[in-house]
Amino acid sequence: MKKWLLNWRLFSLFSVIALLLAGCGKPFLSTLQPAGEVADMQYSLMLLSTAIMVLVIIVVTIIFVYVVIRFRQRKGEEKKIPKQVEGSHKLEIIWTVIPILLLIILAVPTVSATFKLADVKPMNKEKRDKNIVVVNVRANLYWWEFEYPDYGIITSQDLVVPTNERVYFNLKASDVKHSFWIPAVGGKMDTNVENKNQFWLEFDQKATDEAGGIFYGKCAELCGPSHALMDFKVKPLPREEFDQWVEKMKNAKPVVTDSVAKEGEAIFNKSCIGCHAVSPVDNRPEQARTAPNLANFGDRTRIAGVLEHNEENLKKWLKDPDSVKPGNKMTGTYGNLTDEQINALTKYLMSLKVE
Amino acid sequence: MHVEEKLTAETFPASPEKATLEGKNKFLGFWLFLGGETVLFASLFATYLALRDKTAGGPSAEELFKMPLVFVATMLLLTSSLTSVYAIYHMKNFDFKKMQLWFGITVLLGAGFLGLEIFEFNEYVREGHVFTKSAFASSFYTLVGTHGAHVAFGLLWILTLMIRNAKRGLDLYNAPKFYVASLYWHFIDVVWVFIFTVVYLMGMVG
Amino acid sequence: MSTLARKKGVGAVIWDYLTTVDHKKIAILYLIAGGFFFLIGGLEALFIRIQLAKPNNDFLVGGLYNQVLTMHGTTMIFLAAMPLVFAMMNAVVPIQIGARDVAFPFLNALGFWLFFFGGVFLNLSWFLGGAPDAGWTSYASLSLESPGHGIDFYVLGLQISGFGTLMGGINFLVTIINMRAPGMTYMRMPMFTWATFVTSALILFAFPPLTVGLIFMMMDRLFGGNFYNPAGGGNTIIWEHLFWIFGHPEVYILVLPAFGIFSEIFATFSKKRLFGYSSMVFATVLIGFLGFMVWAHHMFTVGMGPIANAIFAVATMAIAVPTGIKIFNWLFTMWGGNIRFTTPMLYAVAFIPSFVMGGVTGVMNAAAAADYQYHDSYFVVAHFHYVIVGGVVFALLAGAHYWWPKMFGKMLNETLGKITFWLFFIGFHLTFFIQHFLGLMGMPRRVFTYLPGQGLETGNLISTVGAFFMAAATIVLLVNVVITTAKGQKAEADAWGDGRTLEWAVASPPPEYNFAQTPLVRGLDALWIEKMEGKKGLTPAEPLGDIHMPNPSILPFIISLGLFIAAFGFMYHNEYSWGLFVGIGGLLITLGSMFLRSVIDDHGFHIHKEEVLEAEKGVKA
Repeated sequence: MKKWLLNWRLFSLFSVIALLLAGCGKPFLSTLQPAGEVADMQYSLMLLSTAIMVLVIIVVTIIFVYVVIRFRQRKGEEKKIPKQVEGSHKLEIIWTVIPILLLIILAVPTVSATFKLADVKPMNKEKRDKNIVVVNVRANLYWWEFEYPDYGIITSQDLVVPTNERVYFNLKASDVKHSFWIPAVGGKMDTNVENKNQFWLEFDQKATDEAGGIFYGKCAELCGPSHALMDFKVKPLPREEFDQWVEKMKNAKPVVTDSVAKEGEAIFNKSCIGCHAVSPVDNRPEQARTAPNLANFGDRTRIAGVLEHNEENLKKWLKDPDSVKPGNKMTGTYGNLTDEQINALTKYLMSLKVE
Repeated sequence: MHVEEKLTAETFPASPEKATLEGKNKFLGFWLFLGGETVLFASLFATYLALRDKTAGGPSAEELFKMPLVFVATMLLLTSSLTSVYAIYHMKNFDFKKMQLWFGITVLLGAGFLGLEIFEFNEYVREGHVFTKSAFASSFYTLVGTHGAHVAFGLLWILTLMIRNAKRGLDLYNAPKFYVASLYWHFIDVVWVFIFTVVYLMGMVG
Repeated sequence: MSTLARKKGVGAVIWDYLTTVDHKKIAILYLIAGGFFFLIGGLEALFIRIQLAKPNNDFLVGGLYNQVLTMHGTTMIFLAAMPLVFAMMNAVVPIQIGARDVAFPFLNALGFWLFFFGGVFLNLSWFLGGAPDAGWTSYASLSLESPGHGIDFYVLGLQISGFGTLMGGINFLVTIINMRAPGMTYMRMPMFTWATFVTSALILFAFPPLTVGLIFMMMDRLFGGNFYNPAGGGNTIIWEHLFWIFGHPEVYILVLPAFGIFSEIFATFSKKRLFGYSSMVFATVLIGFLGFMVWAHHMFTVGMGPIANAIFAVATMAIAVPTGIKIFNWLFTMWGGNIRFTTPMLYAVAFIPSFVMGGVTGVMNAAAAADYQYHDSYFVVAHFHYVIVGGVVFALLAGAHYWWPKMFGKMLNETLGKITFWLFFIGFHLTFFIQHFLGLMGMPRRVFTYLPGQGLETGNLISTVGAFFMAAATIVLLVNVVITTAKGQKAEADAWGDGRTLEWAVASPPPEYNFAQTPLVRGLDALWIEKMEGKKGLTPAEPLGDIHMPNPSILPFIISLGLFIAAFGFMYHNEYSWGLFVGIGGLLITLGSMFLRSVIDDHGFHIHKEEVLEAEKGVKA
């Protein structure tokens, strides 16, 4: 009976580890299906620490189960007084030294990985390599701006990066603190209000294909009512396609042919253009860029970062932004629009495409 | 020994502040409290050091500080610490009158310090160095002001003790109170030494 | 004037508790108030889990959810766990060291009332425009942006209750250093007393940084300060440092007493002395010390750089060593013992695997590079609930069952106790185990909802089901308390029959003066030694005589009330002209009461020898 229980405990533990090893969650979101150098490094560290810790748990569990079963009070032994043991130096030394050794095994790769992940020298060189892609990430109340300083273009909500190379990030926030996290690709880094943080990520092409070409990004620091909805998407592209995309972005201008969309453009130019730009080349200072750049809105994957990308949802968002994202900064900035006006705006916005 | 015992110069113990259990508790408890106060001031100092250059366009430390004034204030406070030592010396010798006298001088010196500090702050405010001006201003007034509030509280405390016990003299019930108050006064003095160094001297050097 | 047992009316009882300075009654006050806030915090937790039961739920959306989650954390830490720990310490520690009261009975009462008014103030925010909504950590940029007065309630409420906690800390340090009975050397102190001692030291050094951080935030929000305002040169990271310099030791402030409670229970119900007592003491002190060296591991993703991250990572891992020592010592306390599975012991036994889980995930979090993934995800939520519920709440429930007879003189019903335990134990693991995986699967912390199709549905539903088990457990516990109070079985002095420490030598509940004669302590587990020598009671260290007691006082209540009023005044001073007057008026009430305390002599009173004899006879009969 004892043995059976022990086996059962071990079995359940192993099945938990197996679950962990097999990876679970969605490939576009889960840290357990690493999709790049950084996530890989972190995943190995997770596995190592989990292994060590499971070892500890097994040892404790074995002693625990044995003690609890073996030394429980039996009928008729209520009055028995066990021997009063003071302690045992030998045992105490054992369970001091072994954990120290285990921790050293964990500490060495931890320190090494910590330094590797903080290596942002290439982006800060006086004359940085032209091929290195640097993205300035600016987090705002419930939306993300991605600026490519070397190419002079700006986009928002959908981050586009080249695969199979290190991409470097400058991170900051313009209102309150947020945190930039693409779970499948690597750990997070806070975007602070008073300073710029830097780190790098690498997006694996194969993993990108497996995840369906898109990774989910999240805000990982409580930032207000819509913190849960401050999602963004990442589109990693092979280097060539990325370069093409950059070229297209550099030359993108809204081309409006449809008459309804033209109407929408007029409304946009009256009510929205004060905050939203429709060209990826936006030379205004960042303080003036108070809303997402919409140059490639038609190419986006989501409305407001969370809703599926279709006209119906866009109308819903324009009609009552607060019902989609409570506490967002767009609510109430453009007065009431009629259904017709919203239709026109929707047409216009959906026509803003780069690709 | 017991709290309510009537004592004479001969029977008065060498360490009256620790002669009763209540006294011992007060003595130890107050030392521990000062330990907590030390951490409090350490946090204020650390913040001040982090923010002292963040003047946000307002006047900087070098432009502001009136060293002669601060020096006089420092001397007053340091001297008051010494006079409180005399007061405790006389307390241990069961000389109530002299103890009161020296505590009186301590209070006068402390009040002088406080007056100068208020004058100093007033000057700064006139030069545009107001609390809301910058992070430097906020941290300066909070650090130095917290110290000033301690001085004010200490003055009221010692004064209350002096008045309350003026007619009944010294016993083992109030001796620990006087002792602990003087301990508080020394602590305030030590904190000021750090403020003088970290805020004023380092502020002048830049 | 004798205050020995007399029949009293309701009004008199209330007045008695408002003015009491008796550590045993203050313990009961802490237990009731802490228990009440625990229920509120638990209700908030239930709301959170209901909202997250399914994707895109609309039970609690956006800002309101943030208020609930903030109040859940703040309430549980500051208004439930801390006061309940203080309830245990007040009920037990003075008796465990053979003292008649704490060193500063007046301050003890003041500490309670400050906590109480701080907690009430904080919770009144619900009715006065909305609760704080920036998380229990209240990071500065968000908390400065937060509209309304929610954050002001947080800032002022925590300052008031923080003063109370600080006083409690100093009080217990002095009590333990100065008031131990003859023969009670440091290395004969029961483990719970040791834990209280170290915890009190941590309180003393950890709370001032929090106070400073809160003062800065108050200045910024209410008086135009610039500490955390980048536009004025301020820096929000200062708040993060100050908060965690307090916040990390706070974890140990809670968990060390929990360790102490379990140490008592393991020894008692294994009928064995604590294995490796001296290494337990050493480990407790070491944990307390290291607890101050590791705060920045909460800030690995802030951008402190690899050097700081590496140092704090390694320092954090080091804490696992003394904690591991404790786990094995507990296991070997049971080894060779004669284990009785009473309700408290069930909690203690269940604590080991639960807490080990929380401990090992703690080490995983310490690995800085990997923590970039765990940080602010549900993995961390799972981790700290394993530590705080699996460690602290289990301990508080265990301690409540264990010392209930000592505090109230009646045994809690064991059957109901065991039902409570199993419901709670199952519910706890059901709720939190799966959250590790939710975090790893990419679910950030503090989100009010999640979208379908991200693989998070099942885990969240399981977690919500678990929460209801814990709620059911709490209801059973309440029923148990009511039944016990109405018709519980009267408890003996040595209520469990296996008591080892001094509290089991005095009547249940103990007389006002605890010990008719101060006992002479002749070794570790003082009562056990006497029992093994076949003696009925303790060896007295003094002849029977008059016992000196402190006078009750209403001043602690009024001092706290003054600060409570002042907090309202200062909070509203920017909008209403009366604000400043009320604020200053409140402070005057407080200072005036302090002045009265200072000028009115309070020599206490004596319980005469004859009365003591009379009362002791009553106990024996």
